[in-house]
Amino acid sequence: MTTEPMVRAEGVWKRFGLVDVLRGIDLTVERGEVMCILGPSGSGKSTFLRCINHLENVDAGRLVVDGELVGYEQRGGKLYELREGEVARKRAEIGMVFQRFNLFPHMTALGNIVEAPIRVKRVSRTAAEKRGRELLERVGLGGREDTYPRQLSGGQQQRVAIARALAMDPKLMLFDEPTSALDPELVGEVLDVMRDLATSGMTMVVVTHEIGFAREVGDALVFIDEGVVVESGPPKQVLTSPQHERTKAFLSKVL
Amino acid sequence: MTGTAEEQRASDLPVVPVRHPGRWIGAAVVLVLLAMFVHWLVATDGLHWDVVRKYLFDPSIEHAAWHTVELTVLAMVIGIVLGVVLAVMRLSPNPIMSGAAWAYVWFFRGTPVLVQVLFWFNLPAVMKSLSLGVPFGPSWFHTDPKTLITQFGAAVLGLGLNEAAYMSEIARAGILSVDDGQTEAAQALGMTRLQTMQRVVLPQAMRVIIPPTGNETISMLKTTSIVLVIGYLELTATAQVIGARTFLVIPLYLTVSIWYIAMTSVLYVGQYYLERYFARGSIRALPPTPLQRIRMLGSRNPV
Ligand SMILES: Nc1ncnc2c1ncn2[C@@H]1O[C@H](COP(=O)(O)OP(=O)(O)OP(=O)(O)O)[C@@H](O)[C@H]1O
Ligand SMILES: [Mg+2]
Repeated sequence: MTTEPMVRAEGVWKRFGLVDVLRGIDLTVERGEVMCILGPSGSGKSTFLRCINHLENVDAGRLVVDGELVGYEQRGGKLYELREGEVARKRAEIGMVFQRFNLFPHMTALGNIVEAPIRVKRVSRTAAEKRGRELLERVGLGGREDTYPRQLSGGQQQRVAIARALAMDPKLMLFDEPTSALDPELVGEVLDVMRDLATSGMTMVVVTHEIGFAREVGDALVFIDEGVVVESGPPKQVLTSPQHERTKAFLSKVL
Repeated sequence: MTGTAEEQRASDLPVVPVRHPGRWIGAAVVLVLLAMFVHWLVATDGLHWDVVRKYLFDPSIEHAAWHTVELTVLAMVIGIVLGVVLAVMRLSPNPIMSGAAWAYVWFFRGTPVLVQVLFWFNLPAVMKSLSLGVPFGPSWFHTDPKTLITQFGAAVLGLGLNEAAYMSEIARAGILSVDDGQTEAAQALGMTRLQTMQRVVLPQAMRVIIPPTGNETISMLKTTSIVLVIGYLELTATAQVIGARTFLVIPLYLTVSIWYIAMTSVLYVGQYYLERYFARGSIRALPPTPLQRIRMLGSRNPV
């Protein structure tokens, strides 16, 4: 089972109303790998991440995360749709970091971090808070436990959001443009935390426009356009000698 | 540089503030009107301030005020709890749930609360018995509805169920005011829909929910007076009874007005502190409460 990749997408299809947003995504994320996803706005990157985290059901194709089908359970030749509690349990094992942080504004930094471990994993408050302080330390925010999100800068908020996701001990971390809403001088501190995380062996799927990060930290790079994978490979190769016209056109704009 | 020289000279000149003659005239008019009103209040014999003073802390009035408080609290508790449930139902993806909630609000907002109170009060007359059991099947528990729906019961039911319809719209507005990203983040952490609602959405919705709820509570405090139509002796009904007996109607209405104003003022304070509590995290620093301000004044060191 250890040879099973963390994420295996085969012809993943997603439609909203009349629009086919994902039109057959094929890709594989190995364990311990950092995969960066690049693509123009509206190409379906966020939707794909949401599918991996069971926030959306796929309409066709197969999406297997850690050996389990997203949204369904296969039993005796039939697919059974998962109940809410089962879906929630699977989401709890995958961390997600959003473009707009989405910290809970009525809770302190520490409160944000311990909420899910206490409510979802039923960890004791003392244990959760101890771990929460360690995580804040790890993202460079030791001593800021009692600060409310609005009292923090964007970069600090995003680091708290990363700590919040890590508090659930995820087997996979999803990042959806984690630095796009940040002032340029704050981007670095968030990327540093992500780089550390990658070094520690975490499996990561990162949607980003930070080409430098993709090149240095990424193990694989995928270019998505109009709901399909146009090109993929090692970051350096895709970035320096793209094969497809659409990749070339996109890279010429962002580089 | 000539510019700086000019500025320097300008800052040395005496400053003449803008005059506001209109404000002075307006203030004078208001003060005169106020003085006339106070004079009228004090000098009019028919108002009988001595009677007001006598009845203000009369045991029957105090008792009635307590009844008004009871009615208000119970009706608001029913209204808020049922209102939040209805709001959550209304936002449910299940069309039966949201349809039922919609129909409830439609019906209870569409009929006068006075009629609803009268309806509950008169219901026992047309119902032989009330029983608890399997729908359309056997029942385990029988009771005479008259014992269940007293004057007080009818008043609480009528006011509370009506209030729930209005509260559900207030709660719904609050829930909708919370950013979708909050729900998404909570779900991504593995929280269930119920946990997300309880821990993430509702606490944030409270900021939007509390001010109109304070409004509703203040309104309810006074709306309870309509239950005098079913003969329940709350504040207004009691004033009417005593007034009719002693032929001193006006002073008794003054008496209860003082009670209503005092009770509403208490609600103002409660609302202030509730709003502060739910504002935590939403502004960079909370302003000091009036009490804290007074303490700060006391402890200020002379410079
Ligand atoms: N819940 C939804 N209902 C309807 N349409 C949706 C929904 N979510 C996304 N879409 C549509 O799907 C398309 C792809 O959206 P998605 O957010 O995945 O793009 P993206 O690649 O992340 O773009 P961006 O770089 O702007 O974040 C868009 O056209 C969007 O309008
Ligand atoms: Mg996106």
